[in-house]
Amino acid sequence: MNRYPLWKNLSILVVLILGLLYTLPNFFGEVPAVQVSSSRSTVKVDSEVETRVLGTLNTAKIPFTGTVRDESGLRIRFADDKTQLQAKDLIEKTLNPVPDDTSYVVALNLLSASPSWLSALGAHPMYLGLDLRGGVHFLLQVDMKGALTKQLDATSSDLRTSLREKKIYNSGVTRNDLTLNIRFSDASMRDNARNLVRDSHPELTLADRSEGSDFLLVATLSPVEQTRIQEDAVKQNIITLHNRVNELGVAEPVIQQQGSDRIVVQLPGVQDVGKAKDLIGRTATLEVRLGQETELGGAAPANSDVFSEIRNGVSVPVYVKKQVILTGDRFVGATASFDNNHNPAVSIKLDSAGGRIMRQVTRENLKKLMAIILFEKNKGEAISVATIQGEFGNQFEITGQFSTEETNRLAILIRSGALAAPMDIIEERTIGPSLGADNIKKGFDSTLWGFIAIALFMCVYYRIFGVTSTLALAANLLLLVAVLSLLQATLTLPGIAAIALTLGMAIDSNVLINERIREELRNGVTPQAAIDTGYARAFGTILDSNVTTLIAGGALLAFGSGPVRGFAIVHVLGILTSMFSAILVSRMITNFVYGRRRKLDTLAIGQVWKPGVSAAVPKP
Amino acid sequence: MEFFRIHKDIPFMKRALLFNVISLITFMLAVFFLFTRGLHLSVEFTGGTVMEVAYKEAPQLEPIRQALDKAGYTDSLVQNFGTSLDVMIRVPNRANESSTQVSTSVMSLISTASGTKPELRRTEFVGPQVGKELAEDGAMALLVVICGIMLYLAIRFEWRFAVAAIIANLHDVVIILGFFACFQWEFSLPVLAAVLAVLGYSVNESVVVFDRVRESFRNSRMRSFTVPQILDHAITSTISRTIITHGCTQMMVLSMLFFGGATLHFFALALTIGICFGIYSSVLVASPLVMWLGVSREQFVRPVVKKEEAVV
Repeated sequence: MNRYPLWKNLSILVVLILGLLYTLPNFFGEVPAVQVSSSRSTVKVDSEVETRVLGTLNTAKIPFTGTVRDESGLRIRFADDKTQLQAKDLIEKTLNPVPDDTSYVVALNLLSASPSWLSALGAHPMYLGLDLRGGVHFLLQVDMKGALTKQLDATSSDLRTSLREKKIYNSGVTRNDLTLNIRFSDASMRDNARNLVRDSHPELTLADRSEGSDFLLVATLSPVEQTRIQEDAVKQNIITLHNRVNELGVAEPVIQQQGSDRIVVQLPGVQDVGKAKDLIGRTATLEVRLGQETELGGAAPANSDVFSEIRNGVSVPVYVKKQVILTGDRFVGATASFDNNHNPAVSIKLDSAGGRIMRQVTRENLKKLMAIILFEKNKGEAISVATIQGEFGNQFEITGQFSTEETNRLAILIRSGALAAPMDIIEERTIGPSLGADNIKKGFDSTLWGFIAIALFMCVYYRIFGVTSTLALAANLLLLVAVLSLLQATLTLPGIAAIALTLGMAIDSNVLINERIREELRNGVTPQAAIDTGYARAFGTILDSNVTTLIAGGALLAFGSGPVRGFAIVHVLGILTSMFSAILVSRMITNFVYGRRRKLDTLAIGQVWKPGVSAAVPKP
Repeated sequence: MEFFRIHKDIPFMKRALLFNVISLITFMLAVFFLFTRGLHLSVEFTGGTVMEVAYKEAPQLEPIRQALDKAGYTDSLVQNFGTSLDVMIRVPNRANESSTQVSTSVMSLISTASGTKPELRRTEFVGPQVGKELAEDGAMALLVVICGIMLYLAIRFEWRFAVAAIIANLHDVVIILGFFACFQWEFSLPVLAAVLAVLGYSVNESVVVFDRVRESFRNSRMRSFTVPQILDHAITSTISRTIITHGCTQMMVLSMLFFGGATLHFFALALTIGICFGIYSSVLVASPLVMWLGVSREQFVRPVVKKEEAVV
């Protein structure tokens, strides 16, 4: 009577096997590896780089055990730390011959040692948080008001220019906090201006006001526009941060938006906080300059700077005039597009002041070279050198021998040159690597000893049913680790604490079931029926009690941040897996042990004491 | 083996008033400590910088304290953390000083004060606005947990059970906080998580008892039982499960307390207090409350019975 249909047994087994499969990678540990990724978006880690790196390693007779290349870069595994360090130095020298000019990030990393068929199934070890592996954590607050005022400043200089061009006389455009005030001495000029502004800047909300004898046009950004600017600012800052973090040589940086105006930066393994902070707070700038003609083979002309441009992987020197035409803050946008001949190009948009300067410069310098130079780490690189084909204003295209991939990257690079809005560090955490290892050990030890204590007690107190409960609890642990590995949720020390706590709470379901079965036996029910009603009756209670725990877990998940969140995720997942294992897995085992016996006199559930029956009637 | 050999239902409800008075006194004490001493909030809530350093030899803490005081870091906190080799230093935020400046200057101060340069194990800087938000989020989470659980219990059982369970378990939360205030243990984010987890956990304790109460009310064999007798019966028949479950959870928590190191210490401590008081309150506080609130058999048996009641 206590038998599960075959499909049910099979389904449970399949779940358990899957659980085992996805838990497996956690047992293999990690092997040292060297990770090569590009530090600049103009450089790519492709098969050519791979051949070069592996060739060097082979020549130097440094043995490696495997390579993986994907979008994030090239990873090479090594047998031990020593060869890893040797290889890192060698690869660094090969790829970045000039120490100051780093095109590639060569970083030490740890890769899972699990066999490749497991990785192919998507089975990876749990993703450890910073408190377990050491590193730096920053929480940055994007100054949203800064983003808005920056935009309004650009708009006000736009307006000044266009009003002047249309000969609409005004007594000044001023920004007052988040509004723009344009003053006029008569109302008709204001009407003209209103029409003009409405057409050229539909994103502004306009209102009239008079102040003494002055007529004022008050412009504010519409709420929709404000949201858009703020969202863009955060996105662009994230892109910029990515570019900068790349230079630190961090194997797996995390840069994510948190809430509407915050950015989390996590740099595992980085110990030098000062350097990291310096880099994050730095501003990159763009400059537009005119090219300098040179005689072939001649020395660099006077009044010029020389920058390198990477063309087809070869660095070419570019001579440009010292005078700067435009800087990056005049760039309003950059998108990858195509020119009239369907060749990939980058469309650039400047603000109107920038457009005016550009128009004048291009008119005077037709058929001459113009270069766009990106300064990072106080080092310039010409990202585009092109001949001025005609006079243009605030919108133009950069064309050249580009592939679409390159134009995409160039557009991002131009956009991301500078931070869109200032940022402040509002939270910072550094965890040393030794502390991380300690934390893992302590978390693991507490779970292990707690588990052993519970298992011992259950087996002694409930005999066979205790063994069943312990197996179910082990299944719960297995499934929980599998789900955490599968979801790649970040495991932190509070997360490990949650695993331990959840196991401690999950045993409740089995205690409920076992106590119910004992109670049924006490009431004189036959063993088989006792198992059945025991499970059935306990189910409602288990459900109720788990729902209340889930409510608490859910609230923690919704409102918690940082360590609390890490705790809550594991806690909630653990409750869900415990329902499965405590009810289904334990029942399956019980059925397996007792279900087939027709004549069953006693259950090995420990002594069932009956009131009234004089003491000591031991039951097996 | 069977620990609990109970012949008759234990008359818990006869002592109901006593239990409630005990609860009231502990509760008042907890509130008293909360008001007079306040919680020793961690840097996550207050803002500031925490640094953990490890020395090769046990350092003298007094010179470090004096050096920090002299440098103008008033209200700083220097204490051993885990072992005598590990020192935790906590300094409040100061205007016009970035987090890097704080950590470098504190590091050089303590290096000169103690003679050797310790290994920097961890730093944590929290700006003032973050702390405020965390406190608000924490309060919000507590509120949602309370409302969610009450709603669930009200739907699943009866509003009287919901009210009784929540009062009983909030009393646990206040008592945990009272302990933290009394001994000035550090109240950090993980401790907050522990408190909320305990809330969910000990409510489930009440749920198990309430489940039994409902079952007993509906049981035709127990028609003659009075309300207190039903409650006694429900508590008695679940007490073995209650103790065993909590014992198991407590074993796990103790294991965390012993092996989890300093980081998990207060987390485990909060859980320990929570579990102990959880047993007590959900059984011996919630049940009398349900009785005072006037629970009766009619609330659980079909409306037909209710009509009869109305005639009588």
